[in-house]
Amino acid sequence: MILFNGVEKKYPGEVTGLDSISVRIEDGEFVFLVGPSGAGKTTLLKLLIREIIPTSGTVCIDDWEINKLSSRQLPLLRRKVGFVFQDFKLLMDRTIFENIAVSLEILGKGSSEIKERVYEVMKIVHLEEKSNYFPKQLSFGEQQRVAIGRAIAGSARILLADEPTGNLDPKTSWEILKIINDINKLGTTVLMATHNVDIVNSLKKRVLVIEKGKIVKDTKKSKYAK
Amino acid sequence: MSSSLTFWKRIRRTPYQAIAATMTIFITLFVMAVFLIMAGGSSAMLTYLESKPQLTVFFKDDKDKDSINQLISNIKNTGRIASINYISKEQALAIYKEQNKNDPLLLEMVTADILPASLEISTVSPVYLSELAENLKKEKGIDEVVFQKDVVDTLVSWTNTIRKVGLVFISFLLVATFFIILTSIGMKIALRKDEIEILQLVGATPWYIKKPFIFEGVTYGFAGSALSFVLVSVILLYFTPYASSFLQGIPNLTLFKYANIALTIWPPNAFLFLSLFIVLLFSGLIIGFIGSIFAISRYMKN
Repeated sequence: MILFNGVEKKYPGEVTGLDSISVRIEDGEFVFLVGPSGAGKTTLLKLLIREIIPTSGTVCIDDWEINKLSSRQLPLLRRKVGFVFQDFKLLMDRTIFENIAVSLEILGKGSSEIKERVYEVMKIVHLEEKSNYFPKQLSFGEQQRVAIGRAIAGSARILLADEPTGNLDPKTSWEILKIINDINKLGTTVLMATHNVDIVNSLKKRVLVIEKGKIVKDTKKSKYAK
Repeated sequence: MSSSLTFWKRIRRTPYQAIAATMTIFITLFVMAVFLIMAGGSSAMLTYLESKPQLTVFFKDDKDKDSINQLISNIKNTGRIASINYISKEQALAIYKEQNKNDPLLLEMVTADILPASLEISTVSPVYLSELAENLKKEKGIDEVVFQKDVVDTLVSWTNTIRKVGLVFISFLLVATFFIILTSIGMKIALRKDEIEILQLVGATPWYIKKPFIFEGVTYGFAGSALSFVLVSVILLYFTPYASSFLQGIPNLTLFKYANIALTIWPPNAFLFLSLFIVLLFSGLIIGFIGSIFAISRYMKN
């Protein structure tokens, strides 16, 4: 369960990132975050991994209040929450296998368990043929799939995706969306920020519309019209 | 694929930095070992000489046993004497034979007649030595009075100089080494800023991220100390024959004794090498460890 309660985020210079956000997302839900650029979508996602801290209000995942976590608990939170970044954030000098394996290594898993799980994940993201490639040898769509693979390989039960289809052509975008939808069907909560109206409309999931840092619309199984 | 493997990769991918860091530790520890051996050797030599009689009186051949006995009791009566030991011509020959048993040429033609009888004297306090020496020189039938104090004094000043010079040298080198490791590891942390950020975002613990950098520093320390130990050992073994002619007559030099453990510095022995290895290894590991810890706290943000 994800809970935002009266969350406000101000950036230096009194720039409002988020303004009194209160929303609850249940386990296993698939939620789209939509809205224009600069509306606060990325801010909302970054609060969930405490890359930034709210100016006021509380952000909770299950019974963890994120702004009160100690520096020891922070890695544990981030293991619960897989993040797919718009710019992928892959380790360029490691192979695809090694990039995905990172989320298992940090959990201290043994090498045979890592191998088994990484191959399992590579199947989910359709990269089983590319395990020894380096990120630079892959297309953007494939790199995004590696990032998704890394986000779900470990113990994450929540997947945050920030414009995962932002840089991709329509066909590849649909592939990525299908993968994320499959991951959601396996029980992972998904929170995905996007501009892509077609994608949002086709899936008929819950949609949170954010404008100027506020949630202006929260609709279940709805279409979103710009 | 583990973090330790990545750390090997890191060293392999920046070989010049690795060589620079290892060589600096190697040179520092090598100089440290040389000074330790010199300081240890001179200290042990000092202890050895201080345990020897402080004054040796050689008699002329015409001095008879009675007058020598008379002299001994006179000296003893002053109450300032810690020990006094008469060495006859025959005993002197026995000592000479023992010292030169490996060199038959030196034993030929030597008889008790040509060696002087002597007295070895130690006083309860060194302040009585010069007065005693002066008095003895005035006695009849005395050939020479050898005053050990001069030798000891010279050696004391040498030992102090070696210690001071060594301390200054080693301190400078340690500081330089520390900064080289700090910059070498710091540079790598800066180069891997993105990787560190990604690892933090996916939930790696601080220790998981820092570990490879600490291992790297410690590995430089280990490699540097192993190299310096090998070089010092080779040099020690190479110079042993020269030193043994120089230190002729001295059976062994002990640096310290505690209960059953004694660190003997001469002749070179397994325990000496072991102690040297432990000292160098610990110093290397500690320099590497502290250098990388400082680099992490300086260049890595939490």
